Amino acid sequence: MARSVLVTGVAGSFASLFARRLADLGEGAGIGKVVGIDTMLPPGDLGGVKFVRADIRTPVVGKVIAVEDVDTVVHLDVNPPKRGRAGGAKELNVIGTMQLLAACQRSATVKKFILGSSTAVYGSSPRDPAMFTESLLARDGVRSGFPKDIVEVESYVRGFARRRPEVLITTLRAAQILHPSIDTPLATYFASPVLPAVMGFDPRLQFTDLRDAFAVLEQSILKDRPGTFNIAGDGVVLLSQAARRLGRPVIPLPPIGFATAARRVLRAAGSDIPPDLHRLLTYGRVVDTLALRDIFGYELTRSSMDTFDEFRESLRPGIMSAVGGRA
Amino acid sequence: MTDERKSIGSAGKAGRGNRQTSPSAAARSLAGGPAVKKPVAKKPVAQSPVAEAKPAAKPAAKTSKPAAKNPAGAKRPAGAPGAAKKSTPPPKPRLRAVTDEDAAAAAAAAAEEAAKRTRTAGAAPLSAGIPLDDIVVALVQAAQRVLGTDWEARVATLLATIRKRMSGDYEVDEFGFDPQITEVLTAAIEPLAEKWFRLEVRGIENIPVEGGALLVANHSGTVPIDGLITGYAVKKYSGRNLRPLGADLVFSLPFVGQVARKVGATLACTEDAERLLTTGELAGVWPEGFKGIGKPFAERYKLQRFGRGGFVSSAMRAQVPIVPVSIVGAEEIYPLVGNVPSLARLLGLPYLPITPFFPLLGPLGMIPLPSKWIIEFGEPIRTDAYDPESADDPMLLFNVTDQVRETIQQTLYGLLVDRGNAFF
Repeated sequence: MARSVLVTGVAGSFASLFARRLADLGEGAGIGKVVGIDTMLPPGDLGGVKFVRADIRTPVVGKVIAVEDVDTVVHLDVNPPKRGRAGGAKELNVIGTMQLLAACQRSATVKKFILGSSTAVYGSSPRDPAMFTESLLARDGVRSGFPKDIVEVESYVRGFARRRPEVLITTLRAAQILHPSIDTPLATYFASPVLPAVMGFDPRLQFTDLRDAFAVLEQSILKDRPGTFNIAGDGVVLLSQAARRLGRPVIPLPPIGFATAARRVLRAAGSDIPPDLHRLLTYGRVVDTLALRDIFGYELTRSSMDTFDEFRESLRPGIMSAVGGRA
Repeated sequence: MTDERKSIGSAGKAGRGNRQTSPSAAARSLAGGPAVKKPVAKKPVAQSPVAEAKPAAKPAAKTSKPAAKNPAGAKRPAGAPGAAKKSTPPPKPRLRAVTDEDAAAAAAAAAEEAAKRTRTAGAAPLSAGIPLDDIVVALVQAAQRVLGTDWEARVATLLATIRKRMSGDYEVDEFGFDPQITEVLTAAIEPLAEKWFRLEVRGIENIPVEGGALLVANHSGTVPIDGLITGYAVKKYSGRNLRPLGADLVFSLPFVGQVARKVGATLACTEDAERLLTTGELAGVWPEGFKGIGKPFAERYKLQRFGRGGFVSSAMRAQVPIVPVSIVGAEEIYPLVGNVPSLARLLGLPYLPITPFFPLLGPLGMIPLPSKWIIEFGEPIRTDAYDPESADDPMLLFNVTDQVRETIQQTLYGLLVDRGNAFF
């Protein structure tokens, strides 16, 4: 049976690439139709994806599901806020998810719901265990901003799972993707000419490779893999290490008022810092991907360091490369 | 009267000057002349009774004024006429009346001496005069002495390592443990442990050569230096890396938390403890926590409550032995005599210590006192006799916790007797 897949948020860089890739897989792989939905036109060519310009915060999404006979919903419209879209992120993330779930609950055709979540759901604090497994809850750092959104989104999805137990639900908590064509907060941060860091802290960071993210999403559509899974490249990269590899100077700023100070520094350097990075850059976050390998059955192909190095090659070498960084 | 006492007190002592009639041995040797051995003026003073000596001593003292200044003047670089006497050591200058010619000659000599000195001082600023080859040879020899004969290879390795660090080409594990940094820090701590604390390590054979084990130690010393020294002792004597489990306060402090992660510490929680132990690492816990390090000096070596026994359940689940570690010496490094709870609360700290030296001497008070340390690794307590499910039996956990605690307490008493004085 060929599937009819609805992908939300296709105006976003990752969702549009994924939708197109899914459409390219075509009938042979069991994908009958891919419908993309967003309020804005996607930047690039969507290929075989059928684009519907609609707002998932309105009941229109229910009609789209009914008309297109959607049986698999891939919800990728949960994104960290960007500057310029201030205030809108929460609306889009939380209210959009609520409306989408309400539509799915009404629909008789939806059999599978896949949530593209984020490891931000674990928050970031000094009381964190070294590695988060899927069963652990955030200790701190989810009281505002994107982490708070994502916690709420996941709780709505759990509520939906309770009400519609026959729908297969896969929650994929991915660390931030580093890829030149994908727009994530950390990718923007590392592309800055200087890297403001929180003085006295050296966070452990993890990254997801784009191909791994695609593969896991595809497998969760094509196979049945209910549950919650972390996705992140093995190993960790320290921020100081990342900066040295990039050859970009680190600018230590005091923890209090970091967000504002970092923004000023980066503005002066002709760049910008996405909001909500403050806690991640202070305490870092590492997740355990054992469940992805053992239960989901996917072996990650690239470590965090590999992912970072590939991303680094797409950037211009930093001004300190002569001293030690690798150009 | 004062004169009397002076002559009685110091005139008889060999080699000691009285600033008036006879210069000290040191001053005489500075003056250079062997003839000044026995100043003539001294004779009447030493031989005759005090009352008689007075008139004789007075003129002598007067005439020898410039000479008497000699001991002080000799050290001065130039100027004083007394300094001049040094270059012209006459056998008995003190008895002669000082004439104008003498003064003039002395002044001239002093001037010349001063000029000579300034010239030599100007010509010898450090190595400016040393040829470059000599410096290179000296450097090579120094490198050989410090690094051994294969110093070239060693320097090359060192430079390569530094270059790798600079380019970020090194690996840390998921906990943020950085073996290279740890090695450097271990070497840096060595003098503190061995020379300052005169650390003695016992029972190192009780640390398993491989596989996981949980080291449980007593905690003391206001500042958790004992964790640092235990880590050093384990690394130095058994070659294994100790992974300490620390309080969340450690990781919320800037710099401290960063270094703690790099030397392998992680948060003291069940998840991390079990993760470390099941992967065969050597984890260390200090279950007394802040109650242990923040206890008053009067309660030293009295173990506090051992947390809630979580460490036993972690060890039991991972089926690894518990090694009791008794640390003697840490209690004395910062004797905690007072606490400012209100200020501590304000700063978000568990306590704000007052030691005999700490706020009083400022940063100087932060130097730990050089107490003598003994660390004894006790016989491992096996947990694999229990099945992992018994980690959910609270009574069993309490019993094992008490057993560990008692073992450490008894060992502490024994070690205290062995050590004797805390500082010497």
